[in-house]
Amino acid sequence: MSVGMSSAPLDIIAPDEASMVACGAQLAAACEPGLVVFLQGELGMGKTTLSRGFMLALGHSGAVKSPTYTLVEPYRLAELQVYHFDLYRLGDPLELEFMGIRDYFTEESICLVEWPQRGTGVLPPADLVINIEREGLGRRLTLRAATALGSTVVTRMRASPPTA
Amino acid sequence: MLILGLETSCDETGVALYDMARGLLADALFSQVDIHVEYGGVVPELASRDHVRKVLPLLEQVLAEAGCTPQEIDGVAYTAGPGLVGALMVGATLARALAWGWGVPVLGVHHMEGHLLAPMLEDEHPQFPFVALLVSGGHTQLVRVDGIGQYRMLGESLDDAAGEAFDKAAKMLGLPYPGGPHIARMAQRGDPARFDFPRPMVNRPGLDFSFSGLKTYTLNTVAECRQASELTEQDRCDIARAFEDAVVATLVIKCRRALRQEALKTLVIAGGVSANLRLRSALERALDKEGARVFYPAAKYCTDNGAMIAYAGAQRLQAGQVDDEQTRVRPRWPMEELPPLDAAGAA
Repeated sequence: MSVGMSSAPLDIIAPDEASMVACGAQLAAACEPGLVVFLQGELGMGKTTLSRGFMLALGHSGAVKSPTYTLVEPYRLAELQVYHFDLYRLGDPLELEFMGIRDYFTEESICLVEWPQRGTGVLPPADLVINIEREGLGRRLTLRAATALGSTVVTRMRASPPTA
Repeated sequence: MLILGLETSCDETGVALYDMARGLLADALFSQVDIHVEYGGVVPELASRDHVRKVLPLLEQVLAEAGCTPQEIDGVAYTAGPGLVGALMVGATLARALAWGWGVPVLGVHHMEGHLLAPMLEDEHPQFPFVALLVSGGHTQLVRVDGIGQYRMLGESLDDAAGEAFDKAAKMLGLPYPGGPHIARMAQRGDPARFDFPRPMVNRPGLDFSFSGLKTYTLNTVAECRQASELTEQDRCDIARAFEDAVVATLVIKCRRALRQEALKTLVIAGGVSANLRLRSALERALDKEGARVFYPAAKYCTDNGAMIAYAGAQRLQAGQVDDEQTRVRPRWPMEELPPLDAAGAA
């Protein structure tokens, strides 16, 4: 099995909102504690929708609200602690230190980070980077592993296509 | 009973003095919006650093304005949540330090309770029970209010708040932060017939909101206009109009539905988006037909402020509710967990 940066990117086409939610569920099924996922894409690409699918698949019931205003929304899910970040409103990566950013990125927690580029230099590195782009009326997701853990997740996702 | 109120949950630093007998004596606000404009959003650490720098001068200002000395203050109220933890801690630690130094009780207040009680600061204020629409950059909620501390959530946004949708749509149109007033201004010159944006979730039963899809629809419309040619000034005005119409129509439909469901005739709207004039006139028109009435806070109490915290804190402190000596803030705090005012003495 290939590890690290060498594994090929995985492309997934999500034609609509429901399949974006299904992608989130697929990611949830493949993930492990300690995973750091960066979600990249312009406004309105479905980053929070993907995160909603992720949270719902892990047993969260209720709304998955945009963390734009609050910067981070914590989710205590069965055996897992998930933090959903949105750094859209960050002016300077150094502000993350004042937020106590290091307390969130532990071996037990999973962190989904929207707008990670606003935290460059201070934010811990990602295991998995998901780019979302427009593809017709739908979206194309490109998943790139950056660590062995990320590679494991991509391999699992390749083996289990979404069932939406 | 004279109460000092401190608000530091997000962008604004607000300090106010409210007296149970004499009403609001003074309030002062320092907004960090100017600092945020250059970043196109709120900058939390700059915001909370500025709370530290501004809160004591604001306190001196309100004392001077009210002609009071600290010895006359009977209690301190501060916003304990929800909000940014770093920002909340500034108000919480200062409130506790002042109260300890002055030997008076202190109480953490719920930010959204402050907002929904803000219309009570007006001479002509609503009577309980009523339905409140709280609509801002961080919240879109419909709440049934039977009295202070008696709240039942009727519906809320499942994704983006209405104010956040305004901010993001503004960004897509190349408009500065905060987006609401800029969209409203552009919309005035927009053709309402050119685009027909979806009204999210109005065809579904229930009172929840979703504004994420509207954001995507706006993005797609901007992209289509760009594809045809470059995005013209008229395109931007027309999109702003269609966007604003869709948000306003959605909020109006849900408010009317909430009033009918609860069989109530009084609506309160509060939060930054309640300053939107098209929303106000559309609500008044729709509610007039139902024989219902809408109340707003004064414009300066629509957005975050210290007066609403001083007011809410005064009601609860007067009823005997006091915090213990532990400093607590709650970044997440469901409003339904608040104790009713009547039970406060027994709690």
